[in-house]
Amino acid sequence: MMGEKRQIDARGSFCPGPLMELIAGMKAAKVGDELEVLSTDKGSAADIPEWVKKVGHEILATIEENGVWHITVRKAK
Amino acid sequence: MMGTERISIILVSEDREDLQMAGMIASVGAVSGNEVTVLVSMNALKYFLKGADDKAPAAGQMGEMLERKKAPSFKTLFEQAAELGDARIHPCSMAMDVLGVEWRDLETFMKEPMGLTKFLDDAKGGQVWSF
Repeated sequence: MMGEKRQIDARGSFCPGPLMELIAGMKAAKVGDELEVLSTDKGSAADIPEWVKKVGHEILATIEENGVWHITVRKAK
Repeated sequence: MMGTERISIILVSEDREDLQMAGMIASVGAVSGNEVTVLVSMNALKYFLKGADDKAPAAGQMGEMLERKKAPSFKTLFEQAAELGDARIHPCSMAMDVLGVEWRDLETFMKEPMGLTKFLDDAKGGQVWSF
């Protein structure tokens, strides 16, 4: 199933800001949708995948580019 | 898969750092599928009055930095804990009596006033954090 793709720009926000923005986005998303979070907070880059694993969604990619983390998540349920 | 745990937080401090850390645990704990209950008492309660300023005094350097940098405000974190993670945030009934405020005077995300007997009973067998 191909879902929609959305980007959440949480650059400049500190922990747990990027995670909370992702969760708000996940609530509004449909199963199969992909959300890409942009974050400049190093802690969030580690914490977001932990949350995704814990609640049972899917991490598609975690890439760092010029100090910005791009974390892509698929809503699994 | 998610393992649900009970997390009980008792919040009494008026220091920015304590309020921030409690808000972080409440929000992240709640959105990770845990049952979070917060009891707000003593000097912390005044910040949860409707429209209250959330500029709590910093206890140290970190608190000052939190204000300068773009950290989410502790009040936003508690609101997100309630709205996104169904955390239950209760005012302490004793502190309300001392402060002379009613439930309707508090932020709309605040649940009904709670006493210690109920809080301690709910906290049984789970994690308890105090700030």
